[in-house]
Amino acid sequence: MGKIDPSEITPEYLYLNRRELIAGMGALAAASLLGACAPEPAETAPTATATESTPPLGPTAMAEQLESELTPFEDVANYNNFYEFTLSKTGVAELAEDFETSPWEVEVGGLVSTPRTFNLDDVMAFQQEERIYRMRCVEAWSMVIPWRGFPLSRLLEAVEPTSEARFVRFETLYDPEQMPGQNRAVLDWPYVEGLRLDEAMHDLTILATGLYGKDLPPQNGAPIRLVVPWKYGFKSIKSIVKIELVAEMPTTSWMAASPNEYGFYANVNPNVPHPRWSQATERVIGKGGRRETELFNGYEEEVAHLYAGMDLEENF
Amino acid sequence: MNERSVRILSARWLKVLTHVGALTPLAALAWMFWQDQLGPIPVKAVIRLLGRYALAFLLLSLVPTVVRTVTGFGKIMRLRRPLGLYAFLYATLHVLAFAGLDFGFRVGLIVKTILQSRREIVGLVALGILALLALTSIRSLMRELGKTWKTVHRLVYAAGVLVVFHAIWNYKEWRVWPAVAGGVLGMLLVARVPAVAAFLRSWRQD
Repeated sequence: MGKIDPSEITPEYLYLNRRELIAGMGALAAASLLGACAPEPAETAPTATATESTPPLGPTAMAEQLESELTPFEDVANYNNFYEFTLSKTGVAELAEDFETSPWEVEVGGLVSTPRTFNLDDVMAFQQEERIYRMRCVEAWSMVIPWRGFPLSRLLEAVEPTSEARFVRFETLYDPEQMPGQNRAVLDWPYVEGLRLDEAMHDLTILATGLYGKDLPPQNGAPIRLVVPWKYGFKSIKSIVKIELVAEMPTTSWMAASPNEYGFYANVNPNVPHPRWSQATERVIGKGGRRETELFNGYEEEVAHLYAGMDLEENF
Repeated sequence: MNERSVRILSARWLKVLTHVGALTPLAALAWMFWQDQLGPIPVKAVIRLLGRYALAFLLLSLVPTVVRTVTGFGKIMRLRRPLGLYAFLYATLHVLAFAGLDFGFRVGLIVKTILQSRREIVGLVALGILALLALTSIRSLMRELGKTWKTVHRLVYAAGVLVVFHAIWNYKEWRVWPAVAGGVLGMLLVARVPAVAAFLRSWRQD
């Protein structure tokens, strides 16, 4: 990840928000700020001010740079795709306002030894941590979001996948009464996503329950969603009600809708264009401007080994 | 006033109305940009709206011929030239906003993006056609081209089709408005088919 140029330095109001957030979440949050990028907890919360900016060195610096690029909460909460409500990115928040997220249950089953249904308390019982991740939409825009959640691997370990399990299949709630977009046949509802088991077990893959230190706003996939930072945003399925371990590669909603445009992997890759548009660059939401898209969204070091020897153009 | 003077007067007013109507969206867009009323991604809104205006004027430039066929009101053909030129103006601003506001005129990135994008390639071809049509709308050139002019300007049909695809390909899924634009374009083109035009002429009162 390149140097921090002056335009990327945190605006003061954001920086102050960060400090309040850290104070509010206590030592745990401060220690986990660095997320998966940092193998060791930081002693003190990272600081990023204009005078102190130095070239990033290693994972700690990467986390600091991401923190300095955080997309304002207002943009994260008011500009996103959630077709279950509407096709308008700026219209989701209003339509999702009264979305009922409690009670909520996530059924985890399939090829596992101990199938289990988790309610929200069970979900929150997993130790929550903050992860600051890049989010790259297939529509060529991006954000940097401070999620709160826990590695998916912990939940999967709790249900003990059997040796036949090779893929994980996720399903969003189907409730056209609450989700007006499901009355339109834009996609084959309910929304389905999937990961290979090793992708699902990767430490970067999390189930998120919050962002910016608060519970997930309904428009961002409350109460529980997937976040896979090295894949295009549509892989990070929202408002999950079902997780199934399966033997065969699941057909996802976007694969079914347009198989030559959306593949199972959907790894962020500037060298493999969408059939209709380039993926070489991305519009940075909040800060404005454009940046060049990075292979695996900048997480190449962490995830490239998962795809060793694979033709990424063929397995798009 | 006799019928003739009414027609001349209404043609003049139509022309004034055309210029005012054509520049109002641009003024409104500038105002909204200045007042920060273009939503979370103003640059995207500017590009998208300029594109929609370009497509709208391209479609409008095809309307006078059909109106003349149906009503016999020949003076309306005077609007064809300004409407077409406004389509070219908005298309040029649309591409300038894309290259400048969005990509900061970083030529390498722009070229790479265009070469990888079917969407951008068809848009660029359409812009090339509109540029050619704008150039051949210079009066002296029009005279010089004679009959060839008409043939050259039939390229506007191709530009229309390309721009509709440019709009459709902009979205992950099927959207209503580009399809509606495509439907309108289709009707305006069908009305030019000689047999259809003859049928439309038969509706005339006079």
